[in-house]
Amino acid sequence: MTLHPLPKKVLVLGSGALKIGEAGEFDYSGSQAIKALKEEGVATVLVNPNIATIQTSEGFADRVYFLPVTPSYVGQVIERERPDGILLSFGGQTALNCGVALSRSGVLERAGIRVLGTPVSAIEDTEDRDRFTARLREIGVLTPRGKAASSVEEAKAAAAEIGYPIMIRIAYALGGLGSGLCVDEEQLVSRVTAALSHASLAMGGPVPEGGPFSSPGGGLTMGGQVLVEEFLLGWKEVEYEVVRDRVDNCITVCNMENFDPLGIHTGESIVVAPSQTLTNEEYHRLREIAIRVVRHLGIVGECNVQYALDPRSGDYRVIEVNARLSRSSALASKATGYPLASVAAKLALGKTLLEVDNAVTRATKACFEPALDYLVVKIPRWDLKKFRRVTKTIDSGMKSVGEIMAIGRTFEEALQKGLRMLDIGADGLAGGADISFEDLSEEIRRPTDERVFAVYQGLRDGMSISRVNELSHIDPWFLAKIANIAVIEKELGGQAGAPCGERETDRASEGLASHGQEPSEKLLRRAKRMGFSDRQVAGAAGMTVGAVTALRSRLGIRPCVKQIDTLAAEYPAKTNYLYLTYSGTEDDVQPEPRPPVLVLGSGAYRIGSSVEFDWCCVNTVRTLRRLGMSVVLVNCNPETVSTDFDECDRLYFEELTLETVLEIHDREKPLGAILSVGGQAANNLALRLSKAGVRILGTTAESIDMAEDRHKFSQLLDRLGVAQPPWRELSTVEEASSFAAKAGYPVLVRPSYVLSGAAMAVAMTDEELRRFLDKAARVSPEHPVVLSKFILGAKEVEFDGVARRGEILAHVISEHVENAGVHSGDATMVVPPQRTYLETMRQVQGIAARVAKALSIHGPFNIQFLAKDNEVSVIECNLRASRSFPFVSKVCGTNLIELAAKVMLDWPVPPPRQEPFHLDYVGVKAPQFSFTRLKGADPTLSVEMASTGEVACLGSDFEEAFLKALTAVGFKFPLKKVLLSTGPQESKVDFLPAARRLCEMGVALLGTPGTAAFLKAQGLDIQSVDWPLAGGPNAADTHISRGGVDLVVNIPKDYRTEELTNGYRIRRASADFGVPLVTNIQQAKRIVESVSRKGAKDLAIKSWQEYVRT
Amino acid sequence: MRRDTLDRPGPGEVLSPADAPDAYLLLEDGTAFKGSAFGARRATTGEVVFNTGMVGYPESFTDPSYRGQILALTYPLIGNYGVPADFAGELSTFYESGRIHLEGLVVSEYSHYHHHWTAARGLSDLLVEQGVPGIEGVDTRALTKHLRARGPMAGRISDAPGGAAIVLPKRHVVSEVSVNSVKAYGDGAKTVAVVDCGCKNTIIRSLLNRKTRVLRVPWDFDAATLEADGFLFSNGPGDPLDCGPTIETAKKALATGKPAFGICLGNQILALASGGRTYKLKFGHRGQNQPCLLEGTQRCFITSQNHGYAVDTAALPEGWEPWFTNLNDGTNEGLRHRAKPHMSVQFHPEAMPGPVDTGHLFDEFVSLL
Repeated sequence: MTLHPLPKKVLVLGSGALKIGEAGEFDYSGSQAIKALKEEGVATVLVNPNIATIQTSEGFADRVYFLPVTPSYVGQVIERERPDGILLSFGGQTALNCGVALSRSGVLERAGIRVLGTPVSAIEDTEDRDRFTARLREIGVLTPRGKAASSVEEAKAAAAEIGYPIMIRIAYALGGLGSGLCVDEEQLVSRVTAALSHASLAMGGPVPEGGPFSSPGGGLTMGGQVLVEEFLLGWKEVEYEVVRDRVDNCITVCNMENFDPLGIHTGESIVVAPSQTLTNEEYHRLREIAIRVVRHLGIVGECNVQYALDPRSGDYRVIEVNARLSRSSALASKATGYPLASVAAKLALGKTLLEVDNAVTRATKACFEPALDYLVVKIPRWDLKKFRRVTKTIDSGMKSVGEIMAIGRTFEEALQKGLRMLDIGADGLAGGADISFEDLSEEIRRPTDERVFAVYQGLRDGMSISRVNELSHIDPWFLAKIANIAVIEKELGGQAGAPCGERETDRASEGLASHGQEPSEKLLRRAKRMGFSDRQVAGAAGMTVGAVTALRSRLGIRPCVKQIDTLAAEYPAKTNYLYLTYSGTEDDVQPEPRPPVLVLGSGAYRIGSSVEFDWCCVNTVRTLRRLGMSVVLVNCNPETVSTDFDECDRLYFEELTLETVLEIHDREKPLGAILSVGGQAANNLALRLSKAGVRILGTTAESIDMAEDRHKFSQLLDRLGVAQPPWRELSTVEEASSFAAKAGYPVLVRPSYVLSGAAMAVAMTDEELRRFLDKAARVSPEHPVVLSKFILGAKEVEFDGVARRGEILAHVISEHVENAGVHSGDATMVVPPQRTYLETMRQVQGIAARVAKALSIHGPFNIQFLAKDNEVSVIECNLRASRSFPFVSKVCGTNLIELAAKVMLDWPVPPPRQEPFHLDYVGVKAPQFSFTRLKGADPTLSVEMASTGEVACLGSDFEEAFLKALTAVGFKFPLKKVLLSTGPQESKVDFLPAARRLCEMGVALLGTPGTAAFLKAQGLDIQSVDWPLAGGPNAADTHISRGGVDLVVNIPKDYRTEELTNGYRIRRASADFGVPLVTNIQQAKRIVESVSRKGAKDLAIKSWQEYVRT
Repeated sequence: MRRDTLDRPGPGEVLSPADAPDAYLLLEDGTAFKGSAFGARRATTGEVVFNTGMVGYPESFTDPSYRGQILALTYPLIGNYGVPADFAGELSTFYESGRIHLEGLVVSEYSHYHHHWTAARGLSDLLVEQGVPGIEGVDTRALTKHLRARGPMAGRISDAPGGAAIVLPKRHVVSEVSVNSVKAYGDGAKTVAVVDCGCKNTIIRSLLNRKTRVLRVPWDFDAATLEADGFLFSNGPGDPLDCGPTIETAKKALATGKPAFGICLGNQILALASGGRTYKLKFGHRGQNQPCLLEGTQRCFITSQNHGYAVDTAALPEGWEPWFTNLNDGTNEGLRHRAKPHMSVQFHPEAMPGPVDTGHLFDEFVSLL
């Protein structure tokens, strides 16, 4: 029985660009929702500017609009499409806020659109803190003592009443934005001031980088509100994922416990499912409350209830209710195998839980609660090292950019697997990341992204569990498990049975630590059960990795394959959702008689590798399956579509490490492995897998190595007569210095195997060069560091293509708006190129053909070019799918990955296309930054990638697509007031025509002293503001913080990293107060050109299908 | 925070001791699992069954329905939060009876370190005190699949992989767990006679919380002779057909026309007393996630269960109808008389362990008194 009548056409709102706090999990939930609606025969229209997502791919929604998820754009899509239903809860806070605004302004009602699932009033109950508290009080459910405040004064009064320390929270925000702990009034004032500015911005769309956009429905905004709450120091944080249907069946699918105590955002915390330290009474008391709350609020679909639980008394508070799919629900889905988003979508259509099948067993119904016979550990992935000046502490706001989930049958196993999955250079805890802490106690007390390593070192080096608990408030049970790992590490090192603590040093000094000793079978088995990799065992026992693997093989110590079946083996299940564990003696599944293809996923999302590679993976898998191949996929990222078990024939939710991939390979005996669609992480395994006997499908491992190794690649280019910026591999600082002096500054410094510019930097002077070398050398000691001449004023052009045995079958060329020097992941990309000379294009095509031939490229690849005055040189070549594959594929309507997949399997493909794509529209891809969340980070564009996501929009010309894309990442148009600080003299001059045009358009200009003086002298009307360091009411940052500034243009003086405190303060104020910021002169000019040519009415509301069809 | 627990020099003792003796679980069909011993060090035999609950081991282990059984837990980490203090107290809060009824315990990993504010000691210490052996390091998923395919079977935990054929002694388990004499609790206006076939504490407490007086009588006591306003036939271990006297009592109790409520074994007793049939399930329901449909509605409840026998709905007694049905396998989960105030459920509305979603059934029963 479903809704009567069933909606015919449903509008689904996506979450836009990936940003900190709102990432891949909403591609998963939106994709599942669209699939579920299709199954029910309901047509779907999707608004989501995130072009790299799977949900915006062919075969999902009937209509896709690459447009900003804002009330104004969505309102126009509604007028055009006339849907009769809308789903708000599958696109994160962005979709929810947008939907609430559309509902409040009456747009939905006027258009006769039903909100499916949880009603808007229930959403508002969960989002407005006062209403939330009041609603829960009605059913006797406790929330933290607290008061809502809409001014600093109110907040001060509330804090005084509750008593410090207090917690500040913000209404309608995603990922804990703006929230935090305040120990005194001074902290309170500063936090509340910033929080209130976000609260008023947060409503309606992409928050962090953008800020305000046109108020929904004409002038409606959510009032700024913060909540001042009691701080529950050291309480546990526990979550329940609840599902309810319209006839009031209500179940909890999963509960989860945070390893870190309350005060650290659940997105920043290591999370374990199911809970480990709760008794039956606690587990079921909280479960019952969750159900009571969800029923009382009238949720229909999925909901997340977060608790604080006192470890000393079992007292509780409900901290938060998310009336939508969330990061946690994505995790819960993957943790249990229960497809929450799909079920929620069906419940929104009016089905009951009794009418929805259990997708795993296919024999039982969705109305049950999964029983796990394993546990999962989620660990966030941070990339804080990519940001200059960012604070490393983690707290109630999110900073992580991705996460992994590890499955095991001991906590130690799952935790150590998880740390390896992060791909941060740690093999686990034991012998893990080479991190030394100055003050271990302080590191344990004050959480940072590296705390778990500090905890390990503390326990290993003799700190007691009670001491670590006292410092960290991490439950002693977790600490004991970590201590177990230390015990095993010591035993492997020959210190038999050595307990941690003071005694250990005595033993060591007695010389009991004999290295190079083979562990006993019993010990090796225990170590593997505790999640030790062969590398870790080797490191601890003083053996080689090969010797450990050989020993393991001799003793028959192999992991078992286990199924995730949602009911702990109680009933037979036909599930293909698998993991490996050393706590077992029997495999659940045997290899299929028909050899499959092994596809490696991309692992944790990180800066430079995120949903675009999931798109590549999923498209590869789908293509192969359409061709009748069986596919085994390996990935470990819970916020992906590729880890939906119905996407492939066998899903190993596993590590992408050599050891694990080889174990899977041994077991599944695949035809071969595809490594070129999972980004750099998978690609990096090519040579080692190939050496271990794995057949690589696609370009050979030797060619991959040749492209990755700068030295070999450079020699190849020389041989081909292809230009490249002068470079040198350096072995000493002095050599480097003399090379740089000869080539001339600036120079680019980088290690060989790089991804998204890790440790890359531009050195302007000898002194800077020496400083960078320190940093780069520490990052990657195994690979040499190279210097190259940094060419100023060059254009960057990218070539994405697919070749077959060295012959290019298809390609797309795109140009960057920004000059070279901005990382390609942070650049604005345009397809087809608008301002690249035909001659340059011709040369690019010619070089690409030669490189493809020389490397015998067989599959996807990407080459990055520099072009200056029609002189073209090659910067980089990746023999794998690149970040821009989904963008160029979707803009051109030609799926490059599908083609590449066929090529790699030697399947017949259409003959090469002679003509480059002729399009009568333009696609523009714009980066999404998350600087607002990265407290202290300097928001500039540089050779280091800093963006966390991207959008792309289509338009009849560049300007139209560009303005849409900018709006989708939070820019606000029309511009009314712009603050200019245009940096060095040449860029002041460069920007002059643009400034003049702004004046002519009647935009109010503010300028920092130099800029204002320069423009005044040119006869422009501009108000001079003071530098931030001067302070006072007329300081630039004060203007920004006061609101009303729509755009800040701040061009840094040069590429120096620790630049100018004044500029930094302006940029930081823009990030902190959510004002759009531009730091690149080319981008700034193009924005002004665009707004001067196009108004809101010129931005067409047109679906992807309509563009591509024309 | 409990200093005594925390300050134990953890690490050295945290892991299962490296020198823990090997132990074996041998099944009657010859299948053997190797692991390490914990708890009491002695050999034991029993019917091997599995439970899929993820929390609630102190409650489960003291549930008299497990009498005579070796229990395997599918959740791999057991013992994390220790065991609470008030063991053996009359109607203690955290335990379902005054002793551990398992014959033996099988887990994947026993947590030699525990921590919780309610914990008084580790689970292993309690097992030692109660003379119950445990084995850890067993692939409990493999064991569960084996039992699922072949049905529950006899097994032995010992320090040897082989040995004599496993023969389970013939026992009358209900008589082992029932009270010996009538016990009275509470001072409510209405009196419920609870026929104790192995009654869990929480059933008694659920009645007391609803302001009733409870007379707890032995399984073979003729409760129909008592001045009671209603009857409750409790859960308990084993085959309902072994409970002849209880069935006779139930017949008389039903004949009084007073309200009667059955739970688990009590469901089967009431069915048999009314002329119905029971049978042994292939592998029983033991867990906290069993969905039960309320007949005639679209409402489904997540329930806690622990039973190996079920009522045959193909042969329902005259006047009775199915009340609840298991959504997973369609087996009977409760009966209701069409006209009289008689009802029973196969699951555990008192929970402990498990979800408390059906606690309102006690309200319904008490309101009939």
